[in-house]
Order: sequence, then structure tokens, then C-alpha cells
Amino acid sequence: MRRFSLTSLLSEAMNAHQGWPRQWRKPDPKPAYDAVIIGGGSHGLGAAYYLAKQHGLTNIAVLEKGWIGGGNSGRNTTIIRSNYLYDESAALYEHAVKLWEGLSEELNYNVMFSQRGVLMLAHNVHDVQSFKRHVYANRLNGIDNEWLTPEEAKAFCPPLNISPDIRYPVMGAALQRRGGTARHDAVVWGYARGADAMGVDIIENCEVTAIHRGPDGAVTGVDTTRGSIKTKKIGVSASGHTSMVMGLAGVRMPLESFPLQALVSEPVKPCFPCVLMSNAVHAYISQSDKGELVIGAGTDQYVSYSQQGGLHITTHTLDAICELFPQFTRMKMMRSWGGIVDVTPDRSPIIGKTPVKGLYVNCGWGTGGFKASPGSANVFAHTIARDEPHPINAPFTLDRFRTGRLIDEAAAAAVAH
Amino acid sequence: MPQSHRLPRGGRIDRARPLHFTFNGAAVEAYAGDTVASALLANGVKLAGRSFKYHRPRGILTHGADEPNALLSVDRGPGRVDPNNRATMVEATAGLKVASQNHWPSLEHDVGAVNDWLSPVFVAGFYYKTFMWPRAFWDKFYEPAIRAAAGLGVAPDAADPDRYVHRHAHCDVLVVGAGPAGLAAARAAAQTGARVILADEQAELGGSLLHETTAHIDGKPAAEWLAESRADLAALANVTLLPRTTAFGYYNHNHIVLTERVTDHLADPAPDLPRERLWQVRAKEVVIATGAHERPLAFADNDRPGIMLAESVRVYVNRYGVAPGRRIVFVTSGASAYRAAADAKAAGLDVTLVDVRPDSAIGAERALIAGVRHLTGHTVLGSTGRKSVTGLIVAPVTADGIIGARTTLPCDCAGLSGGWTPSVHLFSQSRGKLSFRTDLDAFVPGSSVQKERSVGACAGTFDLAAILAEGWAGGAAAARSEAARDFAVTPATPVGFKPVRVLRSDADPAKVRAFLDFQNDVTAKDIRLAIREGFESVEHVKRYTTTGMATDQGKTSNMAALGILSEALDRPVPQIGTTTFRPPYTPVTFGAIIGASRDALFDPIRQAPLHDWAAEHGAVFENVALWRRAWYFPQAGEDMHAAVRRECKAVREGVGIFDASTLGKIEVTGPDAAEFLNRIYPNAWLKLEPGKCRYGLMLKEDGFVFDDGVVARIAPDCFHVTTTTGGAPRVLAHMEDYLQTEWPDLKVFATSTTEEWAVIALQGPRARDVLAPLVDDIDLSPEAFPHMAIRTGHIMGIPTRLFRVSFTGEMGFEINVQADHARAVWEALVARGAPFGITPYGTETMHVLRAERGFIIVGQDTDGTVTPDDLGLGGMVSKAKPDFVGKRSLARPDMTLPDRKQLVGLLTEDGRTLLEEGAQIVADTRQPVPMTMLGHVTSSYDSAACGRPVAMALVAGGRARINDTLHVTTPTGFTAARVVPPAFFDPEGKRVNGIAGTNTHA
Ligand SMILES: Cc1cc2nc3c(=O)[nH]c(=O)nc-3n(C[C@H](O)[C@H](O)[C@H](O)COP(=O)(O)OP(=O)(O)OC[C@H]3O[C@@H](n4cnc5c(N)ncnc54)[C@H](O)[C@@H]3O)c2cc1C
Repeated sequence: MRRFSLTSLLSEAMNAHQGWPRQWRKPDPKPAYDAVIIGGGSHGLGAAYYLAKQHGLTNIAVLEKGWIGGGNSGRNTTIIRSNYLYDESAALYEHAVKLWEGLSEELNYNVMFSQRGVLMLAHNVHDVQSFKRHVYANRLNGIDNEWLTPEEAKAFCPPLNISPDIRYPVMGAALQRRGGTARHDAVVWGYARGADAMGVDIIENCEVTAIHRGPDGAVTGVDTTRGSIKTKKIGVSASGHTSMVMGLAGVRMPLESFPLQALVSEPVKPCFPCVLMSNAVHAYISQSDKGELVIGAGTDQYVSYSQQGGLHITTHTLDAICELFPQFTRMKMMRSWGGIVDVTPDRSPIIGKTPVKGLYVNCGWGTGGFKASPGSANVFAHTIARDEPHPINAPFTLDRFRTGRLIDEAAAAAVAH
Repeated sequence: MPQSHRLPRGGRIDRARPLHFTFNGAAVEAYAGDTVASALLANGVKLAGRSFKYHRPRGILTHGADEPNALLSVDRGPGRVDPNNRATMVEATAGLKVASQNHWPSLEHDVGAVNDWLSPVFVAGFYYKTFMWPRAFWDKFYEPAIRAAAGLGVAPDAADPDRYVHRHAHCDVLVVGAGPAGLAAARAAAQTGARVILADEQAELGGSLLHETTAHIDGKPAAEWLAESRADLAALANVTLLPRTTAFGYYNHNHIVLTERVTDHLADPAPDLPRERLWQVRAKEVVIATGAHERPLAFADNDRPGIMLAESVRVYVNRYGVAPGRRIVFVTSGASAYRAAADAKAAGLDVTLVDVRPDSAIGAERALIAGVRHLTGHTVLGSTGRKSVTGLIVAPVTADGIIGARTTLPCDCAGLSGGWTPSVHLFSQSRGKLSFRTDLDAFVPGSSVQKERSVGACAGTFDLAAILAEGWAGGAAAARSEAARDFAVTPATPVGFKPVRVLRSDADPAKVRAFLDFQNDVTAKDIRLAIREGFESVEHVKRYTTTGMATDQGKTSNMAALGILSEALDRPVPQIGTTTFRPPYTPVTFGAIIGASRDALFDPIRQAPLHDWAAEHGAVFENVALWRRAWYFPQAGEDMHAAVRRECKAVREGVGIFDASTLGKIEVTGPDAAEFLNRIYPNAWLKLEPGKCRYGLMLKEDGFVFDDGVVARIAPDCFHVTTTTGGAPRVLAHMEDYLQTEWPDLKVFATSTTEEWAVIALQGPRARDVLAPLVDDIDLSPEAFPHMAIRTGHIMGIPTRLFRVSFTGEMGFEINVQADHARAVWEALVARGAPFGITPYGTETMHVLRAERGFIIVGQDTDGTVTPDDLGLGGMVSKAKPDFVGKRSLARPDMTLPDRKQLVGLLTEDGRTLLEEGAQIVADTRQPVPMTMLGHVTSSYDSAACGRPVAMALVAGGRARINDTLHVTTPTGFTAARVVPPAFFDPEGKRVNGIAGTNTHA
């Protein structure tokens, strides 16, 4: 792997950049691997990276049906935070944020993790109660999250309208200063480059079409659009299509797949300093390094695998943004898109073993799994390598929907992302 | 120099109507019919902006929606300033102030242009490779610097005074694009009597006919045919013409969304006009006639101001009567630029035409440019000039690719033509499959998914006669007619081109900066660098280089990038694929999308029937779901705390009156109504007698509490169900979900009656005294009308459903009357209650009173993870019923564990501290972080009746911890609190029966 640095960049500039190698190879699939990961998003590629780096498993492959990062990893609005309520979630997301804090160096790839702060607005008494519950729980879990008065929120985010005359006046806000955003594509490419350098085969345009199981029920391999591959371990990280992939192994998942949409405005000079979320008014916004306002909200109402959502959802999201920031009505929507997100009944992910031996799954991230990428990939790799969960993902079992030991972040806060 | 470049004749501008606007503060003279772009060119202005990354000087490249360079900030007065408007699409309007963007200190002298010198370093994706050390510098230094340099215009900072509206329309045939294809289609469809909408993004309908000065259609000059077509269509009642209207999104079920710019072109618009109108059209059939975009050619420094598309030169000359330059060099790989050159020559301009094709490949188009200097088999090696092009460096190329002697062709304008890209955006958004036509080097519409068809240039047809015939046939077919028509067009349209990627050069290709995406400054070598680094999918190339991701979304650049990719990977274009086209086609104003949904109409405020009375009596309001409810009624000098204490005391000692109308109400009727409730609620309903009420906790499939409320049986087949204020819509939806999908056999109707009934809660020991004189025909005596009973009758002659229920712990009634009568009844009660000190109270007092009794609020004391047993209400769950919603989930092992969080009371040991709702609870404050949390405070109020603050909490294994001391977080640390049962006042509930209760824990 050719290291990236200012020096290498300058020396390549002299050389008209002719010397940069491929960031990852384009290998043909081998007949067999020690493990394969299905799904080349940030979670799948990250798992491959940590399998190679921390568990010495390098004879492995990531199988991606399209181009890596073409799923939700390349479609999301990149909000990163760890101020989740329950201990289990807080531990998982905080594990991720700690890894984010060193990820550019770890991968030698600038993932542009920008800790600009995530501000969540409270607009009614219920929000205030709920946010304080989070702030206190986070404090006792050692996670930064503070309660701000409306004036403090305005000082942190000057475009904010804290007038008492708006429909839902701002009653306060919770702020996680270590939260922020990152460059989604860079995370995907950085993990791919890092994993590839350790020998992992990243195989694009390779859709898994069957999962084979032996007489004992354990997995024995997969069929793909690029041939059959033998393997004893399969990690599924296919987000919105997880139900379909798991279906190939005969496992029914407690997941529903919904379109989730987002949009960006035309690029403008810096006008928005942080990430701002308002659950009651229902939208969130940040500004990308290119200058686009990045805007999103909740999922479409109906389950679907179509990446094209309805305009009325976008409309509602923009209603909310313009209510909070009336100065933005003359801005223009430049691009809108959707992704298919996989939602569990308790809105927390599933990371762990499955009823099928050798089959592991990491899914159910719904509207908010980008932020978890390094953390979840890291514990998923542990689970695959050791055939037992890491303590951090141990509570996130598939079985919890049978036992009832749910981790219901949505019920607790109804906050997406 | 005003109008230095206006041609003496020609164009569709109205020379009788001159007007002025300013550009960067300097006056620009224009005529009605000009765009800002044509006016700037007429005034000799070439430099219109700076590029995104390298801050290169840029001019006007195109004449339409595909413009990547000339993006201006437009100022139409206070609050009406907005960035990033394409000069080619903004109509010249008197008084407009337009300004260029992305430079400092000025357009002419821009410090940001150092980036251009650093371009050898600032290549595609360079930022992924650096700015990583030291770590903290990214947030503090690198990123702010990158952000300040990026972005184009400046975001508005004042609220927008303009209005936007929505219009929904249905039609038989929607025709998008009013060029020759669209006009023919609209006419053919309209003839059948079909309802037709014809929309075009330009100010004038006509498309390419607006600058067609030589062709004759059926013997008439094209302009005449156009005028006739427009007049014909305008005269038909079944046709709606929408100029200045862009179809930007093609959604499912032929739902097309268009935005019409209503006032931007008016100097002095009528105040009642909206700025934009968003049309949401459901069309039976759509005819897409959106034309094609010309491709520039890629060579070194092909981006200097004055270099534009060949057809754009023709448009400026023919349509606007403007000479974009006096000395023009056309560079082309195809036939259409010959027409442009001929028209420029006819306008008296000095014209040279350089064709990259060998002489032998040139067809009939040669005849068009008799007398024009014509170089064939040449390449362009670069351009000269800086803020304006001054020349093109050209050289001949032999058949085997050898580049000969170079010459510089002096010029002040160049017209490039690298062929045409059909505008398949809408087709692709409709999810139709594109197919690649090698002869056209372009994607064209393939198989359809929705009811649409593409005609004319957007379908790859470029000959005018063929376009008209195809348009006609398409329009007719869309209207279910087979009427075909042929058109005679003279002279024939010059068509055909040779696809070229980057023009041949003898310079090191790794050093040549041949721009593809002008706005984002992506060059051919950036694309090659991406490929070298392994980014082979189009989507990867796009993301790594940012090509096609600017405000023009790659209309002029995508095919070039794809072509280079195809060459570099040695794979045909169709195997590489194209990126997905996503809405919107061109950027759309947020205001147009949101329409009227602003201010008061953002989320309409729901007001209870007694809202006005409360407002007149000084109530302070709070938002509860969509409602605005009276929160408390302060008297002179009182703060909230004092008011609530007084209100609470009045209810406990005398009588209080409360507007409970926001409670959700659902009338559940039908022969199976009782069976339905029996399945929806966990407790039993079949035996509830008419005239009786019962409290119901509603669960979801997951077994957790979802809503609650009192249900009254009015008659054997009629129940009056109440829900929480916020839960009303969810509960009705939940009921309908089950009725429609799980139990369609049940004969039940569920009807929302929330708005029909006003609910006046009259609570307190004196409630009966106040009510009795007003009730006509209901016996209020405790024996005849016990707690949890319902009676129908009359109050002041008005029909009422009178409930004897209590959410305060006091004896009380809830008087349901039709909303219209609410105020009369309320005022009569207030008058009757005066001797008893009747006191109106708000939601805060309601909360305190119910908390003193330990009554829960769903959503506050529960959070979607709470079972009935967690609330101490396990007894309500029927063991006998075969099934109810949530039953199976309640049987899961974790639902009955002893360490579940259970509802308890908390009393601070100091007797004074008011706990914060949301505060966390621990057993041991000395443990290290992360601490083990046992639960949290759900409700906490200062209780006058108890003489101290009281709180409710969900605590792990809470019922086993009664009398334990736990520790609760405060803003500064912890405070100790004792666990008690969750009822602080009258725990036995005697007072509802008129027996004085006591306060247990104070
Ligand atoms: C619009 C939007 C906004 C979002 N915003 C945020 C946010 O702000 N913050 C946040 O934290 N999260 C956000 N998310 C969620 C986040 O994007 C996802 O949770 C996360 O990216 C999931 O990553 P992944 O690697 O698991 O899935 P993906 O990136 O979707 O990767 C799964 C891959 O599996 C591949 N695949 C599927 N089936 C097969 C098969 N049979 N064979 C081979 N490959 C297959 C797919 O092609 C895909 O590339 C958002 C999501 C969307 C759609």
C-alpha cells in the first residue's frame, strides 16, 4: 500500500500523479475462502478490515453485488453521535465514536471526521424530559452530552430561530460536542484499501444468489453471479436487503425495509456550523464541506425496496427545515435520493450469531447505522473470528425478540439517526 | 460600453422596450426578451464568474438550463436575494441586481485563483490523502479553510417575503417540452379533444424553433409555423400552456411535478401573485419532448470566457440578436455546428470553422458554409487569453495521428460542438431502461415502465422533419389516436457527428487540463487518475472526482466522463453504464416545494372549544401534539408555581373546572363492538354493562403500553372510547389496521368524535353542588350515579354524555356536550360555581393532581418499554381471554423478570428538592463511571396537598425496593430519595366517593 501523506502527494504532483496505485485490486473470486462477508458497505468492509488486522484472517472476501459503498453507506447523511440512552447502545456507539476519532490515521485515509457538534432541539415538555433523561444517562455512562438553554443553543448555532412566536418554540437543546459528520465514501474506500492491502479480496459486481448448508445445517458456501465459493463462515452485512440474503439460508428476520430519503441544496458559502436535529418538527440539517445543506428526516411510511421515495416525504422534511430556518426558503434542492433501510421492532441493530452455524449477521441499523460503522464492524469481526460475541454486541442478539429483552431506543426517544 | 455587441437586426427581443439592470453594480442595457446572459453578452461582458475549485475565470457556456459557469446571485429587493441562478435562465428584468460569485475581493482580481496555481496538487481526491496531521487540525484549521473556499454563492439570511403555492391537476396528456416535437405532440393530442398540458422551462414556447431562421415547415418559415401552432393551442379550451415551467420530477403512477416561475420576470409583480407555483400533475400519458444537450469538446484550457457551445452562439445571434464575439472560431466533430457557423456568418460576423473530422467524413453540411474559412482534420491544442479567450491553437492531424504545424486562430469567441446528448432525465426518473445507441454515442429511452413516450431529440431524433412527425405520432398515440402526419421541411437539418473524447494533443496527457465538468473543475486527467486508482464504476468516478455533481448535475459533462472511462477501461459505454438520474432535473426552490406550509399553516394549531374563554381569562398555553392547551391561569402577580398551587388547592378543597376536550374520542359501534374491544384491550369488555365505564390500557403487538383512557358503554352496540390527547390519531389508525387487515369479519365502525364532543371536567368535593342545578334529567346522587358510570341526558336542555370519572383523585364529572354548546355550559358552570370558589385550571395542575394520586400519563410515565405489570396494573390483564393484542408478547420470558423497571414513588430525603424529570437513579454514588443506572424519574411536581415535592419513577425491581434510599442525579450531583409506593395522596382512592382521604407519605 502506498502511504498517503503530504510528501507523497507533493512528490506525485511532480510526477503528474502517475505513480498512484489502485486503492484496491479487482480480483476474481477464488474457489474458497476462510470467510466471506456479504455486502460491501462500511460495515462489511470494516468487518473485513478488522478480521484481517485484529484476527489474522486474511484469506477472506467481501462480496458486493454492485459497487462498494453503493448501498446506504454511500447514501446517508453521515450524522455521527453516541448520546444514546441505554447502556448497551451507549457502549456500542461510543466504541464507534472512539474509533472514529482515530480512523483517518488508522486507515491512512482522510475520512474527514468533523466533530462539529450535534445539537438536538427540544420543542415541548416531553422533549425536555426525554433529553434530560439522555443527558443524565450519558453523564453516568461517561459520554458527553449537555443540556443547553435556548440562548445557549442559539449561541452555538447562530442561524437558529429561538423566537417564542414560532409554531414550536425551542425550549432547550441537547448538545454532543464530540458528534459530527464524516465523509461517507472515504470510509468505504479507506476500509477497502486497508483490507485489500492485507490480502482481503474485494469482489464487486458479485451478487450472492444462494447460501449452501451441509447436512449438519452449517454453511458450506455461496453461489454468486461470479461463480460458487466455498466457505465455512459467512458474515451478512447487507442492510436493506438483509432479509433477502438471510432468506437464502432459510432464516426469517424480524426486519422491515423502508425507503429513507435525503436531499442536498446547491452549495453555498459556510452558513451552518453544526449538525442540528429536531425530532418534534421533524428534520435534520448540516452543511457539507462542499457547501451543500444536507437535509433528511424519517422513513417513508410504507415498506418498499424502491429507492425512489415519494415527493410528499421530501416536502414534509423541507416544511420543517423552513419552519426552523425561514431564511432558507429561497435555497434550492439540487439532488434528492433514497436508500432502503432495515428496521427492527426495537430500532436497535442485530449483531451476532444466527440459528445457522457459521452464519453471522449485522443488520437492523435502520436510519442510523453509519455512525456505528467502525464500532460495529469491529465487534462483528470479533464475533465471526471467535464464534462468540464481543461483550459490546452480546446484548444485540437476534434472540432478544423472542425473549423480550429489547433495547428500545426509539421508544425511549423516538429520535432517528 | 452599452450594447456594444448587439446586432443591428434580428432576434425575438423587443427593441421597443429597453430596460436596465446591474451586474456587479454596473448598469447593463437590455431589451425585453433578453436573458441576463444574452444582455451581458450584448454589453460585451464575458467574465461571469469563478469556478468552484480553481477559481478560474469563466464565461457563459450555454444558453439554457445546462449552464455550469454563469451562476449569479440575484437581488430583487429586501429578503429577495438568492444565490446560484443560471444567467441563461434569468430573464432580464428592470431593476434587477445581479452579481457574480465565489471570488474575493472582486471578480476581476480573485485571491482564490492561487488554487489554480496549486492545481498540480489539488487533483481529484487529493483531500483524502492529506490534512490528517496533526489530528486536531482537521476540525480547527483544514476543514474551516476548505469550507470557506468551497460553496458558491451566499445563502440568504433574511426570511423570504414571497409566497409559493401548489396546484394539483389531472390531464389526459402532459407534454413536457415545447420545441417542435412537443408542439406537434400537443397539437396532435389536442385535436382529439384530450385534456392537454404543455409545459416548457423557457419564457417562450418554441424550443429550438425560437432560433430557427432558415428552415421552412410545410412551406412556411419556421417562425410562422411556430406562431400558428402557439395560436392554435392557445385557442383551445382543452389545452393548458405553461411557459416558464420546469418538469423536475417523475414519480410513481405518472405523477409529474413541475415548477412554474410566476413573478421572477416581472419588474413590478402584483402583490397577490405567488413567486412560484408547484404543479403536481397526474397524467394519463406523458409525452417527453425535452430535447438534447450539446457537448463541449475537451482540450487544454477549453474553459476560457468566450468559449461556449456552438449552438449557443447560434441562439445568441438568432434569438437575441447578440454577437457573442466578433471573430468566432467554431470547433466541431459534427454537422450541426455548420448551421451555427452559417447563421453567424449571415449576421456579419467573422467565422472560421475547425472540424476535427477528416475532410472525407464531411457530408452535405459543407455546403452551408460557403465562404467560411474551413479547416478539416484539425485538432485544438489549447487556447490563449485569460479573462477572455484571444485565440485557439490548432493543428492538422494526419490519418495516423501525427500532429502538424500549429497555428493560432485569433478570436474573441469560440463555439464548440462535440455532438448531442438526449435529455433522458425524466425518462430515467420514471425508471424506464435506457439503451445505448452507438451511432449516436448516446443513451436513449429503451423500455418504459410508466405510461410515457419520448419524442424528438430526447429520443435521439435530430432531423426536423422526423422530429415533427415523431412528435405528432407520439401526441396522437398518447391521446389514443392513430392520426399520423408528415411534415415537409426545407432545407434538411444537418445531422450526425463523430464521437470524440479528448481532442488529440502532443502534450503529456497527464498535464493537460481539459475541462469536462466546468463548475466542479473536473478535467479529463482527473478521470484518468480516478481510474488509475481503481475507481472503475461510473458512480465511483463521479464520487471520487465530483464530476456531474455540481448544480448542473453534469448535463454537459456526463457523457464525456463516461467516454473517457470507456476508452481507459477499453469497454464499450453500455457495459460501463450510466449514473442514475435523480430528481430534480434542475434545482428547485425549497419554497416551491413547501408551498403554503409556512407560519400558521406549517402545522395548523388545534384549539379546543374553550380556547377563547381561556385566552380571555389570561391563560398561558402550551403545545400538546397539535393542540394548544391552557397550561395555567395566572392571576395578577402570580408565577406558574403560585398559580398551580392555588389551582390545585381549589380542586382539592372546593371545585375546579378544566377543558379536557383535547382527549381523543372514538365511537366504536356495531354488533361486534364489544368483541372488538375485547381483542384490542387486555382487559375484559364483554360483560361491561351499558351505563358503566372502565379504564383501558391499550397494548401494541409487543405487549407494551401504547395508550390509555376510559371507555364507556353507551349501549350494547356502542362504546365511547377515550384516548390520550396525542394518541388519538395513532389509536384510530391502530384500530383500523386491525379491523381492516386482521379481523375484517368483525362488524364494527370506529369513528373519530374528538372534535364533536367538548369535555368539561368538573372536579372537587363541590362538583355535584355546582352541576346539579343545571342537569335536567339525570339523578346525580351517589347511589344512582356512582363513580365510573355514564349517563346520557340533558344539561341546560343540551344533550350530554355525562361521565362520573376522575383523573384528579377528587369526586368529579366530565361533561360531554356538542362542541358548539361548550362555552354556554362552561360559563353557566362558572357562574354557578362562584359561591364555591370554582377555579379554572390548566394542564399543569391536572398533572400535579394526577401525580399525587399516582395516575400515569402514557408517554411520560411510560415510554414504549413498559408493560401493565411494570405499572402495577398487571391485574388488568385478563388471564381468561383466548387472545388480545399483545398477549403473545407478554408471555416472553423477559417480560416477567423481577428486575424489570417498575413504577414507584420517590420522596427526596431532604423533603425540599424537586427532582428533574428525566433524572437518573443509582444505588451507589461512589461507583466509577460507567455507573449502573436503576431507572429514571418520570414525573415530578411540587405538591401543595402533600406539602412537599413528590415524584414517580421507573426503577429496576422497584417494588422490592420500597423504603430503600436511592440517589438521583441533579444538575450538580446527586440527591438522596426514598422509594415509596406510587401514590402520595389518598392512596385508597376514597375521595372519588366523597370520603375525605389522607396524604400517606408526607
Ligand atoms: C438517506 C439516508 C440517510 C441516512 N443518514 C444517516 C445518518 O445521518 N447517520 C447514520 O448513522 N446513519 C444514517 N443512515 C443509515 C446508514 O446509511 C446505514 O445504517 C449504514 O450505511 C449501513 O451500512 P451497511 O454497510 O450495513 O450497509 P450498506 O452500505 O447498505 O451495504 C450493504 C451492501 O450489501 C450489498 N448487498 C445486498 N444484497 C447483496 C447480495 N445478495 N450479494 C452481495 N451484496 C449484496 C448492497 O449492494 C450494499 O452495498 C442513513 C441512511 C439513508 C438511506
